[in-house]
Amino acid sequence: MWAFIHKLGSPKWFYAISAKLQPWCWAVAALLIVAGTVWGLAFAPADYQQGNSFRIIYIHVPAAFLAQSAFISMASAGLVFMVWKIKVADMAATVMAPFGAAMTFVALFSGAVWGVPTWGTWWMWDARLTSMLILLFLYLGVIALRGAFSSRDSGSRAASVLAMVGVINIPIIKYSVDWWYTLHQPATFSVTSTPSMPMTMWLPLLVMVLGFYSFFIALTLMRTRSEILRREGSKRWVRELFQEAR
Amino acid sequence: MQEGSVLQGDTPPVRFDVQGARGGVSIALIATLRRDLTLMLRHRGEVLNPLVFFALVITLFPIGISPDPVLLTRIAPGLLWVAALLAALLSLDSLFRSDFDDGSLEQLLLAPQPLAALSLAKVAVHWLLTGLPLALMAPLLGIMLSLPAGSYAILSLSLALGSASLSLIGAIGAALTVGLARGGVLLSLLVLPLYIPVLIFGAGAVQAAIMGDGAGAHLAILGALLAASLALSPWAIAASLRISING
Repeated sequence: MWAFIHKLGSPKWFYAISAKLQPWCWAVAALLIVAGTVWGLAFAPADYQQGNSFRIIYIHVPAAFLAQSAFISMASAGLVFMVWKIKVADMAATVMAPFGAAMTFVALFSGAVWGVPTWGTWWMWDARLTSMLILLFLYLGVIALRGAFSSRDSGSRAASVLAMVGVINIPIIKYSVDWWYTLHQPATFSVTSTPSMPMTMWLPLLVMVLGFYSFFIALTLMRTRSEILRREGSKRWVRELFQEAR
Repeated sequence: MQEGSVLQGDTPPVRFDVQGARGGVSIALIATLRRDLTLMLRHRGEVLNPLVFFALVITLFPIGISPDPVLLTRIAPGLLWVAALLAALLSLDSLFRSDFDDGSLEQLLLAPQPLAALSLAKVAVHWLLTGLPLALMAPLLGIMLSLPAGSYAILSLSLALGSASLSLIGAIGAALTVGLARGGVLLSLLVLPLYIPVLIFGAGAVQAAIMGDGAGAHLAILGALLAASLALSPWAIAASLRISING
């Protein structure tokens, strides 16, 4: 078990193992997302309060899940990189940041679009929207900090520290924003106050969430592989690999 | 200074007492505190600038929004807190900058005492000369924003408690960006999202005092945030300083 993890830490092995895993991840992701989309958009019953507009949940909720999971994965990868100096972990953290920021943006955007039919406005200072917006700023900070250093190693370590500081702060920010929201504004509309979802609506959502997670894994594998090639381009094994291909 | 005697050829070289250099953490803490206080007090302008900035920003709001006292009363707690937060943020960039430029930061890193403790002393000086004066000045600006009577003590107290957390959290960002040529804007991008909980409970304490509810709960949470940042951020500051020096 440990030997396997140690091997995974070497870029060469990671490149070889991920080559085998990657097609499966893409296949599962595509299957689940297509199935979830068709099921959610065409077959799930319309909501008795919100009509068909509720179907945006099948994009919104998985994106919001991933926005938070990607930050936690990024910070964990940063921790692994800082403690064990495993370069692959940092490469994964590098490629997770833009993906997480994009998912946060998708969650915010789909939330805004959903807000028009349900709340009658594009934006409301709702607790969840606000903490999502702050999460987006945290992502942008990590990406900007990594880019600001001229030495890649310093940038990687600085971004890892910031990601870990951020991950400690995310629950604090979330709870304080919840507190602030209950103090300042009475909840006028709340998605959560609708009665718990019937199974026919909930199952496609589960499929979509799983599909988004597989997509995240597949994309991270793929982009980590290109990051490995970019950083290890001068190593012998990469050169040999491309000589064989030619 | 003793280094002078090392260079003179005829006198025997000074033997540095290694045991003495390892002196207790408290000695190093007091030395760092005294050095930073002296340095800051010799640059009075740097101490005054955040206060002037605070007053100026508060002046802008009635001009930009409305001089109507009723409206100002409603938004005063938030305005005072946001302006004080920005003033504290503005002074952060210089926290490690001059030490980085003249190399004394590297000496701090080389010192046998833990860097986390020494950086905590630097942050304490920053709070003493930025956060505390801001907290003491806030009631004066509160009068100008017609803040209701009875909330002035809470305003000062919440700012004094909250700005200590702001200094601690902000120092992480300052340590991360000190090696960068133009880290100023990046620093605010990194630090402002982390400031939000402090802002919520700080402004909330003043709001609660105005409403007549007890501000105790808010102040207690501000204290809890301070305790948490006091325990955790020195390690993050120390790690960030090492990254900035080596990079």
